[in-house]
Amino acid sequence: MNFYGLVDGTEASLKKYLGSLSGVDQVGADARAAMLATRSIKTTSKRWAIDTAITMVDLTTLEGADTPGKVKALCTKAVRPDPTDSTVPSVGAVCVYNDMVEIARTHLDLIGGQHVGVAAVSTAFPSGRASMAVKIQDTKDAVNAGASEIDMVIDRGAFLSGRYIEVFDEIVKIREVCGTKAHLKVIFETGELVTYDNVRKASFLAMAAGADFIKTSTGKVAPAATAPVVLVMLEAVRDFYAMTQVRIGVKPAGGIRNTKDAIKQLVLVNETAGPEWLKPSLFRIGASALLNDLLMQRMKMDDGYYASPQYVTID
Amino acid sequence: MEEKLSFEYAPAPESRALVTIKPKYGHFIGGKFVAGSKHFPTINPATEEVLSQISLAGKADVDAAVKAARKAYTTTWSKMSGKERGKYLFRIARIMQERSREFAVLETLDNGKPIRESRDVDVPLAAAHFFYHAGWADKLEYAGLGTTPKAHGVAGQIIPWNFPLLMLAWKVAPALAAGNTVVLKPAETTSLTALLFAEVCQQAELPAGVVNIVTGDGSTGALIVNHPGIDKIAFTGSTEVGKIIARAVAPTNKSVTLELGGKAANIIFEDAAIDESVEGIVNGIFFNQGHVCCAGSRLILQESIADEVIEKLKNRMAKIRVGDPMDKNTDLGAINSKEQLLKIRELSAAGDSEGAQRWSAPCDLPGKGFWFAPTIFTGVTQAHRIAREEIFGPVLSVLTFRTPQEAIDKANNTPFGLSAGIWSEKGSKVLWASQQLRAGVIWANTFNKFDPTSPFGGYKESGWGREGGRHGLSAYLKGVSHE
Repeated sequence: MNFYGLVDGTEASLKKYLGSLSGVDQVGADARAAMLATRSIKTTSKRWAIDTAITMVDLTTLEGADTPGKVKALCTKAVRPDPTDSTVPSVGAVCVYNDMVEIARTHLDLIGGQHVGVAAVSTAFPSGRASMAVKIQDTKDAVNAGASEIDMVIDRGAFLSGRYIEVFDEIVKIREVCGTKAHLKVIFETGELVTYDNVRKASFLAMAAGADFIKTSTGKVAPAATAPVVLVMLEAVRDFYAMTQVRIGVKPAGGIRNTKDAIKQLVLVNETAGPEWLKPSLFRIGASALLNDLLMQRMKMDDGYYASPQYVTID
Repeated sequence: MEEKLSFEYAPAPESRALVTIKPKYGHFIGGKFVAGSKHFPTINPATEEVLSQISLAGKADVDAAVKAARKAYTTTWSKMSGKERGKYLFRIARIMQERSREFAVLETLDNGKPIRESRDVDVPLAAAHFFYHAGWADKLEYAGLGTTPKAHGVAGQIIPWNFPLLMLAWKVAPALAAGNTVVLKPAETTSLTALLFAEVCQQAELPAGVVNIVTGDGSTGALIVNHPGIDKIAFTGSTEVGKIIARAVAPTNKSVTLELGGKAANIIFEDAAIDESVEGIVNGIFFNQGHVCCAGSRLILQESIADEVIEKLKNRMAKIRVGDPMDKNTDLGAINSKEQLLKIRELSAAGDSEGAQRWSAPCDLPGKGFWFAPTIFTGVTQAHRIAREEIFGPVLSVLTFRTPQEAIDKANNTPFGLSAGIWSEKGSKVLWASQQLRAGVIWANTFNKFDPTSPFGGYKESGWGREGGRHGLSAYLKGVSHE
């Protein structure tokens, strides 16, 4: 691999590459994100944003209590989020643990959801604390079971102790396992990386190592996808595109529960990375509760009133 | 489903139903609205719609206002305890907050600034100035300005059109807290929020004559400046007028503070956080259409990062939303007046003819009203007019430097000295640069941040004295050095 010509795979070249990045001023990043949160999205643009957001949802269930029945129900919802309204688009993908991948893929295909992807969390999700051999096998299992997207976690311990080359190598190896069968999303767990400087550094590291998407969080740690963190990641993919002419996707996950939050995310994308990123191949939102709020807001725009929550399906 | 290729924001206009604009206004003298004799129109600069007729105060009106202020000072305000004065200021602050939307809408209609700024900056800051100074009213003895600080008496205050209500607050709040009464003249093009403030004074049951507002143009201002019944003059506006005022008050006993023009340097070092610096550049020069005396109108950029920053800046400028100031998503509103637009055009043309390279963000400007696209000039040198003169519009001059000392030398090479910005992630460099810069306000890794506790004012031709904080308070007390 040539890593876009940015690094040659050695620790020295990685250090030089990461060292060339400009810092992020926390106060300034917070202020910019807060300003963009004041955008007022109404009428036709709100309707467009809701439908676009639905197509970007990675409908997620990542519980110890997940069963085949629960996963199948999720798949049904993913394909036709609103059984009473066929104009509602399908979501981008379902996101499950690796033992549920085959069940999800089979069920999606069965119900006409070939266009909906299956994303598997991988590499000892959510902590990332396992041997490399286990992480590789974990990913192989998911890819072999039909996952079209792999959501791997990085080793935050290695990152925080400055062993960037280990994190880099890990991503490269998982990228190899994914091959051409699966897209690779790299989860940083920004709530554990804490600083925006770290988020920017992790973003550039992961992109050079071969990530197709960079993703904020596992959903298991708070804070998760805060607006400034997503802003910093969107700036990173924008700058990476300027360097390489390659567009990397962004996936905020965790804490985006309602339509307002989702629209704020789309505004961030629109005014930071640019409108080119406003499609499911370059922007996803990892969520579970969000979808129903999007559906209820959509109904409200059509009907002029808020329906009872019983008019949307619980799963 | 309506298919759209991109995320177009539908119009999100703030309602103007909240405000009632009378067809004609008089002056506010002795606690009452009194009819004026001559009138002139005030317009919405975004549409050129005539909003109302404003009275032009002549000698008789100014005399009456000064007389009312003197009477209120002698009979009421100077006899009242600081604690009681403070109560009125708190009350005014609360009413301003309660009526904040009304103030914001009216400010945007009359001034042309985006509703997002009048709503999120002007009005909350104006209320904050009253809250802050309300707290000082009963603590003047403890301000470190002597044991028995005394008010001047009647203060004549003349304010500009760029932040009409906020500048009123900067002037009126400390004056009243210190125990003065005031005669205030808002700018000719932006009188409406001052007249609404007069209603707030009535609502707060402020004793008659403590605040008097006379409207008019420069001739009214001259009557105030030269009035023998006034003890203190406070002016915010152009350096040109400031010099006239300084000459006029020189042979008198009047105390004076002046807050004048600027040509602030915004210095970006190569070790700055680039994306936030770009935001800072945008905020520095395009906030309030660049109608800001402390605007970061000279970008002084380290050569090693110049190309990268300018490219990022152009991309960012292309996203500035220019248009209807009442739309909640507008970032850049209308130029306040035709006169100001002509001045911006004249200086920009000078930039072209002197060989600087102009680049303007691509945007559709409305057909009516006064508009100027966000613009930068690159290739500017110290010898260009656009590097020397205050444009007071959304026009940025970009200069470059090679060494930190060169940046400081260029930044200080101006007759002005109001504000400056420093961008670097290196703390020692920020501290060093801030000691070298000759400007009254220096922002590090931010720009255009204001707070009532922080003194604001200029070096050199940018003014005399400070406003805000303890320093600003001292300007309204007798026998106190306020530099």
